[in-house]
Amino acid sequence: MTTIRRALLLACLLASGAATAAEESAGAGANWMTWRAGDDVTNLASLQRGARNFMGYCLGCHSLKYERYSRLGVDLGLTPEELQQYLIAPGDKPADYILTTMPAGDSATWFGKTPPDLSLMARARGPDYLYQFLKTFYVDSSRPTGANNLRLAASAMPAVLSELEGLKSAVYKDEEEIGSDGKVMKVHVFDHFEQLVPGRMTPAEYDAFVHDTVNFLDYVGEPTQAERRALGLWVVLFLLVFTWLAWLLKQQYWKDVH
Amino acid sequence: MAAPPVPPPASQVKPGGLRGWIYKRLPIQEFIAEQLTGYYAPKNFNIWYFFGSLALVVLVLQLVTGIFLTMFYKPGEATSFDSVEFIMREVQWGWLIRYMHSTGASVFFIVVYLHMFRAMLYGSYKAPRELLWLIGMLVYLALMAEAFFGYVLPWGNMSFWGAQVIVNLFGTIPVIGPGLVLWIRGDYGIADATLGRFFALHVAAVPLAILLLVALHLVALRQTGSNNPDGIEIKERVGADGHPLDGIPFHPYYTVKDIVGVGVMLVLLAIVVFFVPTFGGLFLEGPNFEPANPMSTPEHIAPVWYFTPYYAILRAVPDQRLGALLMFLAVALFVFLPWLDRSPVKSMRYRGILSRGALAMFAVSFVVLGYLGLQPAEGVYVVLARIFAVGYFLFFFLMPWYSRVDRVKPVPERVIYHDHH
Repeated sequence: MTTIRRALLLACLLASGAATAAEESAGAGANWMTWRAGDDVTNLASLQRGARNFMGYCLGCHSLKYERYSRLGVDLGLTPEELQQYLIAPGDKPADYILTTMPAGDSATWFGKTPPDLSLMARARGPDYLYQFLKTFYVDSSRPTGANNLRLAASAMPAVLSELEGLKSAVYKDEEEIGSDGKVMKVHVFDHFEQLVPGRMTPAEYDAFVHDTVNFLDYVGEPTQAERRALGLWVVLFLLVFTWLAWLLKQQYWKDVH
Repeated sequence: MAAPPVPPPASQVKPGGLRGWIYKRLPIQEFIAEQLTGYYAPKNFNIWYFFGSLALVVLVLQLVTGIFLTMFYKPGEATSFDSVEFIMREVQWGWLIRYMHSTGASVFFIVVYLHMFRAMLYGSYKAPRELLWLIGMLVYLALMAEAFFGYVLPWGNMSFWGAQVIVNLFGTIPVIGPGLVLWIRGDYGIADATLGRFFALHVAAVPLAILLLVALHLVALRQTGSNNPDGIEIKERVGADGHPLDGIPFHPYYTVKDIVGVGVMLVLLAIVVFFVPTFGGLFLEGPNFEPANPMSTPEHIAPVWYFTPYYAILRAVPDQRLGALLMFLAVALFVFLPWLDRSPVKSMRYRGILSRGALAMFAVSFVVLGYLGLQPAEGVYVVLARIFAVGYFLFFFLMPWYSRVDRVKPVPERVIYHDHH
């Protein structure tokens, strides 16, 4: 890489960092409902990082009961050795489904409900939902877990990623709203987050972490989606040619009709 | 026009070998000669006349993909959801077959609705085609049953709650309602027994009924012949050769033309199947990717889009029993169209502002109700649903009046055909 290109890259990084900082100071998280996960399922590096994140941080409680490790290896471009070394949980075989070792009965006792299987969560709720969920945990001493969530209020899930993200509190403000009965009522609405304790990651690093993890869950929701789109192009092209030929044939026959 | 190729009578053809051997024993040639090359259809069909043959193609698509799905699908509370995911992930090309089937269901309704609208546009239900229309309505009813049973089979959470809502509608019938619901479900809730019978009905009983009804529909069509955009009976003007002057043999003219229509439909189907198989939650709904859970109701229970016009009518009425009654009436009213319509002409081309306006009002009401049925039943949505439900019903109830007093234009003696060459 030339010096000029390196300088350009650095400038870009600084600019994006500055933009992020400006956004944060204007009231971090005020616009959380507009956060988008982004469609990135053909990015193998992101999927590989997401898989690593899942195995490290999610598999303790959540399963991917419809996905086999071996499928993951093939789809994510990993050799059997890499798969064994980085992703397969101790004691599991490549052909096994990706299952948590936490007993469902115990987790139901500990959390109030068994943590859901995540194979299809991205399809059921959408990747944006998962992205917003993982980024809107905040400290709430009234909850048994000590944490609450903006996307899924009163979530039974503890803020397990706070080690990476740090701890933040939610600042609320009072607003007046006209209710359905026409009367003005005071409502308590979320305004912004305040960082209480920094985590091991910078906000940008944590965003990337969540992006990769959600991207991975998006892939797991429909492992064939990249193949589907790639094949679709050829099918549609074939059908267009077929239809064009059929139209020429029709024109030929209909020359006789007056 | 030049004389169309008239096939020689089957008796004059003397093929030898295997063909001759077969023809002597099975009247394939006579069948083709009588039903395709010898069937004269009006030459002025426009784009609206594609949807009948397209419906036939989609029917075959659904039967074939359905048979393949049946090889791996396992009905049952404990197995349905898992087996669908097994098809989507581990069965070779399973995802493609499943998406074709789920998209095909929606495409079926799109082409059938357009096919029905064509009949309303050109008065195809009027004499002498009343039975053709009635049999078509039976196909439509069977198709709705088929789609409903099929929607329950993946056993997602919307499958479960949708079935709950629809089956409970039968509970609003006085006296026998509660017993009837129990009989339909086979259990005190939507459960394993329900899945088993819905599966049997979806893959065997209703498809057989649809095939029989479609066959009858075609026999009735062959008897009266097709209507056309001018609403003229072409059989009334016959040429020296004994064939209608405005008719052309169905084969090859309409077979080659319909292949173009099939091509266009398959392009659109492929775009959905390969690029947007859920169609933004309209063809496959998000909550249906969560397994059926009697303890957790989805935020909004909405049927798939092709039922939502009726669902909006159901929810527009505060009284549940009356709402259900109006919903069933909204479907049943189509049956009476041949007798509600008093117009002396068939086609909208020669009808006046009243009939045209009423049909436009109906079409707009149907589409808007379809949209409202997808929205939560609250606030302005309910008010709008009531307004458009009134529009929907007025089209039928006022038809005996406006179709009679409407000023009609003179109908030409021959069909209007523009040569495109």
